[in-house]
Amino acid sequence: MTITDPTDTTGATPPGASSEKVSKIGDKVFGGLAKGAGIMILVTLAGVALFLLTEAWPTFTNDLSELSGSDTFLGYVGPLIFGTILAATLALILATPLAVAVALFISHYAPKRLATTLAYFVDLLAAIPSVVFGIWGISVLAPILSRSLFPWLEDNLGFLPFFAGPASTSGRTMLTAGMVLAVMILPIITAISREVFLQTPRLHEEASLALGATKWEMIKQAVLPYGRSGIISGAMLGLGRALGETMAVAIILSPSDGYFWDIISNQNSNTIAANIALKFPESSGLEVNRLIATGLVLFAITFLVNAVARKIASAGFSGADG
Amino acid sequence: MTSTLTPAPSSTRNSLTSGQLTRVQLGLIVVGAILLGALTWVFSGSVNWARWIAASIVAYVAATYVISRIVEGRRKALDRVVVAVVTCAFLLVMLPLVSVIWTVIERGSARFDSTFFTGTMRLTPEDIAAQNEGAAVGGAYHAIVGTLIVTGIATAFSVPFGLFTAIYLVEYGKGKLARGITSMVDVMTGIPSIVAGLFAYALFELVFGPGTRTGLAGGVALTVLMTPVVVRSAEEMLRLVPNELREASYALGVPKWKTIVKVVLPTAIAGVLTGITLAIARVIGETAPLLVTVGLAQDTNYNPLDGRMTTLPVYTYYQYVQPGIPPEAGQNRAWAAALALVVIVAVLFTTARLLAKILKPKGLR
Repeated sequence: MTITDPTDTTGATPPGASSEKVSKIGDKVFGGLAKGAGIMILVTLAGVALFLLTEAWPTFTNDLSELSGSDTFLGYVGPLIFGTILAATLALILATPLAVAVALFISHYAPKRLATTLAYFVDLLAAIPSVVFGIWGISVLAPILSRSLFPWLEDNLGFLPFFAGPASTSGRTMLTAGMVLAVMILPIITAISREVFLQTPRLHEEASLALGATKWEMIKQAVLPYGRSGIISGAMLGLGRALGETMAVAIILSPSDGYFWDIISNQNSNTIAANIALKFPESSGLEVNRLIATGLVLFAITFLVNAVARKIASAGFSGADG
Repeated sequence: MTSTLTPAPSSTRNSLTSGQLTRVQLGLIVVGAILLGALTWVFSGSVNWARWIAASIVAYVAATYVISRIVEGRRKALDRVVVAVVTCAFLLVMLPLVSVIWTVIERGSARFDSTFFTGTMRLTPEDIAAQNEGAAVGGAYHAIVGTLIVTGIATAFSVPFGLFTAIYLVEYGKGKLARGITSMVDVMTGIPSIVAGLFAYALFELVFGPGTRTGLAGGVALTVLMTPVVVRSAEEMLRLVPNELREASYALGVPKWKTIVKVVLPTAIAGVLTGITLAIARVIGETAPLLVTVGLAQDTNYNPLDGRMTTLPVYTYYQYVQPGIPPEAGQNRAWAAALALVVIVAVLFTTARLLAKILKPKGLR
């Protein structure tokens, strides 16, 4: 057993003169290593920004007209940003309500003994590699959706620009990609929401029940208000993840150039990450620089989203106990 | 879990619990809803799982509300509807998980054979001829080797790096620097994996020239993704170590670094190892950064410093999207590789749970 009892620990021999010297050096070396590792984090991040900027720079100084696609960088990256945000928003809209419901189920409804096992399965969902989700999405989910959901949406909701059609028969659409992304970010939102729900003060819950509230009224009065900031920051973190998710989108989407609102047709704007994954292996020269520049844009977007998430989380938790 | 006052479930009917639905009645609603959903088969004339599930859920929630409203009143009805909705949501979320695992096992087992684990994609003309006739050729040995090497590099970098950072934050860090590092770890957690790949590519391009693709670059990319996960989990675990243990150690005259190495770390080791295992599980399936930095090779490459390498996730991707002729051969290999990946992740995941259980020191928490 590795448990350490304070009474029998370590070099319990009384420190002599020589070992004291060793200790001092040891302390300095160890402390220095720890501090060095911490500083390395800062250096690494600075390095990420610096190297990406260096490699992206030629995009802004050179003439892009020889490359395929738009002549300007903004014209090139615009549809990609649009696609990225559209896919991630779809995923967020689909995943958040489900994730909150699942978190509630695990924290307040499932039998206590089952809850840990159920949480384990949801976490396992998060651990499945994205490439596996990608090939599952294109070979299992896409055919199902293109048979049942897409024609139905086109027939019944076709007046909305999102479902204008013509519905894709291959299922390689923005909605399919959004659904797979939703499945992938759901465990993150669930995990964070569950954690906050479990932290609801017992007294709040019991006070509500003592006043005669039903379980749902108790949850509405005590659990959800307490967990609101947790849900929001979980959703934002999920959004950050969805924005950067690459392989699932790269496998599922059949990208076209331009802006497309229709999420059930064969014409889709690509996402930044998927575009890099698809084009990078065959690119060289300025094309590589341009792709790295789009990566930098993606980095900036996710950075912003995550910063907002942290702000909400820290603002919410501090005052929530009151 | 909350053990708050829950309204007592009514399993038997007496004067106090009249006007409440019994478990049997609630069960009947579920069965009825599923049967009602199955009716959609009759109308459409074909079995459509998606429609069946959707119809059953709608019927279940609606029936629960209506029946409970009549028998138990408005507030109770709403309560029951929420139970129904939340349970359905959970089952709905389990569907893709079950479907993914089922599909991967079903399609992956076709080529989950010895050739797959010993062969590479360096196919001889005879192999290709055999493949055209439907024989099982080609494997992922080179990809498995590549994954082990690249993940090994990332682990070797990020574990000491992350652990020392966590030690700094918990044991030494005060003031601006520690706060800065904490928030930068947050930023690092949010780096999209493809951006980490681009970073490693840019770094190696600037040092070794354009178009460099090596296993080491992949290892660096994964390190960027893995380190913050290790820092986070290790930090959390080190903070759980009671301060009394540290103080007892100091009182005996043990220097700080020895206290950390011999008292703090052993106490937290279960959590730290669990965190590291989960971090490995997270990066071992990363595809995008390796696509950019390591590329693809036909044959086994044991040298991470020179030349391209194949890794299991990238192998899965290319075998699926460029399956060759006949497409089934490549796709079967892709599914087998996906199965291998899922098995690896599941094993790591379960190991992490077991480690946490086995190594958890008695008396802590």
